[in-house]
Amino acid sequence: MRTNRRDFMKAAAFTAAGLGLLDAMPARAQGAPKRGGTLTFAISAETPHYDAHGSDTFATLHFGAPFYSTLLQFDLANYPKVKGDLATSWDVAPDLMKYTFKLTPNAVFHDGTPLTSADVKATYERLRNPPTGVVSTRKATFEDIASIETPDATTVVFNMKAGNPAMLEHFASPWNWIYKAALLAAEPNGPRTKIIGTGAFTFGEHVKGSHVTGARFDKYFKSGMPYLDGFRGVFMTQPAAMLNALQGGQVQAEFRGVSPAERDRLVQVMGDKIRIEESSWTLNLMVVFNTEKKPFDDPRVRRALHMAIDRRAGAAGLARTAVLRDAGGLIRPGSPFAMKDEDLSKLPGFGRDIKAARAEARKLLKDAGVPNLTFTLHNRNLAQPYTPAGIFLVDQWRQIGVNVEHRQSETSPYLAGMSSGNFDVAIDFSNLFMDEPSLALAKYVSFNRAPENRSRAIDAELDRLYAAQSHERDFKKRFDLIRAFEKRAFEQAYQVPLLWWYRIVPTHKTVVGWQMSPSHNLGQDLTAVWLNT
Amino acid sequence: MAGSVTQPTVNYKIRKRRHPLLEFAAAQPLGAISGVAILVMLFGGVFSELIAPYDPFEIDFGAMLAAPSPEHLMGTDAFGRDIFSRVIYGARTALTIGFFSSLMGCTTGAVVGVASAYFGGRTDMIIQRFIDVILSFPIIVLALVVVAMLGRNQIAGVDVNLIFAIAIPVMPKVARVVRAASLTIREMPYIDAARAAGFTHTRIIFRHMVPNVAAPFLIMFTAYVAQAILLEASLSFLGLGVTEPTPAWGLMLSGNASDFYREAPWMILFPGVAISVAVFAFNLFGDSLRDWLDPKFKV
Repeated sequence: MRTNRRDFMKAAAFTAAGLGLLDAMPARAQGAPKRGGTLTFAISAETPHYDAHGSDTFATLHFGAPFYSTLLQFDLANYPKVKGDLATSWDVAPDLMKYTFKLTPNAVFHDGTPLTSADVKATYERLRNPPTGVVSTRKATFEDIASIETPDATTVVFNMKAGNPAMLEHFASPWNWIYKAALLAAEPNGPRTKIIGTGAFTFGEHVKGSHVTGARFDKYFKSGMPYLDGFRGVFMTQPAAMLNALQGGQVQAEFRGVSPAERDRLVQVMGDKIRIEESSWTLNLMVVFNTEKKPFDDPRVRRALHMAIDRRAGAAGLARTAVLRDAGGLIRPGSPFAMKDEDLSKLPGFGRDIKAARAEARKLLKDAGVPNLTFTLHNRNLAQPYTPAGIFLVDQWRQIGVNVEHRQSETSPYLAGMSSGNFDVAIDFSNLFMDEPSLALAKYVSFNRAPENRSRAIDAELDRLYAAQSHERDFKKRFDLIRAFEKRAFEQAYQVPLLWWYRIVPTHKTVVGWQMSPSHNLGQDLTAVWLNT
Repeated sequence: MAGSVTQPTVNYKIRKRRHPLLEFAAAQPLGAISGVAILVMLFGGVFSELIAPYDPFEIDFGAMLAAPSPEHLMGTDAFGRDIFSRVIYGARTALTIGFFSSLMGCTTGAVVGVASAYFGGRTDMIIQRFIDVILSFPIIVLALVVVAMLGRNQIAGVDVNLIFAIAIPVMPKVARVVRAASLTIREMPYIDAARAAGFTHTRIIFRHMVPNVAAPFLIMFTAYVAQAILLEASLSFLGLGVTEPTPAWGLMLSGNASDFYREAPWMILFPGVAISVAVFAFNLFGDSLRDWLDPKFKV
């Protein structure tokens, strides 16, 4: 069976509809958009820096997406289709070896200089081949780009080394903010501390520990937009404070997601003043073993800890209290390339007989010479779902005689610890924006090619399988390659998925034009949002 | 007529001296009751493994949010963990942090207060202004700052930095009280004699002055154990104290408890009662000890 990119996207859309994702995007009786007003929303973590290219936390996107534009973006009303943002049109060669984008001539940066194809080229050169000292967490995603040409000021051409059926979706990634070429030339790491974009809002202020503000950019290239005068993102790491602020009207939305219990409380207290939208989530929690530290360089130890986790019981139990819902492999359960449950149950760590799995785990630890293993679990200090996940893991590992100290840190020190490898075992996340295997598996590619691989493992076999599946255009062959990748990943257990998330977003009914999606990374530019007050 | 004078016979009844603990109980019945409550908590904290019916870390999704019953005396939390067991283990956390932070804060405060009074003059002025600065911060704000600055550092399951964070705001309060008591002691002839004998400052402070402020020290120590327990609970509630899944009363009030307090009020009721009883007991015990030891209150 041969499947081209269009067929694949149809399959994805069909599956999305099957999962109820499209139901989560109700057509709202919105009426004509009104201009004016300031949207105040909660952000449950504070970004460690301003550079989306080197970030994989939503905190960066919710903070900065309104200030920037991307080449393409996802059309959330027709997810997972893509639409133009800076690109007004595009052409894809039949062999997928060449992508030509025509840019809007009207886009200007917030400092008044016009955006040209040189800015897009500089941005993508930085993404695919970052200079020394610059981190691009999406380097592996763009390694198929051979060269970038700019025939004129409004045309960009990407020549590929190999055809990649998901490349257009990668161009729509919300992380690919277009930076100013002059800034990148002068300061390759400038975007970490400076904000100069072409987005709908200009940067106002960032008061650390408090808020970020933005004001409408009058020269925004999309006519008549944005509708809001401005926005204010308030950092609220405590769920109780965020819920109280939502109830009291101090904030009008929290776009990442709340727990089922928090949803119930909001509905009970606010009644028809609050809008709740739900969806499965292209996001999973992972357990990462630092393979540069003993005894986690021993696959027996990693596999033992992986096998001791009863994901099926965890999924059922945590679904009531946390935003965690499904046990699954590396690809989101229910999506076209996901492993079937009966196949999953044959893999270590996903079996149905947890007693037998734990007995084997104890034996593996004994064989590895660490029957009374003790270590620190590095975790993020976010109530959902990191704290429940940490509590769950500590309990699971205690059941095979492992003593774990659970240490939670704020987002910045947490991410710093993950990047520097200053941890034994950590809870990490795979923050995707669509069900594309090349995206989902990129985190498992060798550390020297994918800095977002926090296990720091080098595995040539996984690299080979990753490259093979990303270039394979036959659905069945690609499906099999992904299964081989998963099998290898679970056997080595450098890092393993824990549970997949479930998204519940509360917004005041006065907030209109924002689109729900299975990813909290999408739709945060606030361009189409308006207040119906 | 020669009169005769008869001496009246006075029968002096010599009271048999009772055990000091019994005397305390008789003089301060409320203090005695609070002392018993503290002993119960101490017993629970030390022998948690023997008393608690369940492992406080053990998750049981089949028993999530179970109401109090013979099986789970205080019900279960959102992870199906037994609240009674967690309250008992929580006593260990509260008393360990409360005891050590109060001991550290009171001891440091006592030494600083005595030294300040002993040296007097410019030294006293500098120390007191420094204490004024620290006292100008509300105790919880100061503890928050210290926790944020120091981060976490667990040794044998106890967050040492949390103990520091609670001890630091306690220190100036104790120093101020001890200084006042020490100013009187400084003028005593035996201190002059010690100086005349050529003793070192350290010897005079530690051998002759510090033991004489033992009574106020003891009273403040018990009172600040209560404050420390409350502060630890507050910091844990705010997410800056001990971390999950450690059983700690303040922590049990935060997190999922705030989500389920309507559905499962026992999740906040029992840890809340434990905090209240502990704080009340230590405060009452401290007050009773003060009344019992202070001669003015005996008159």
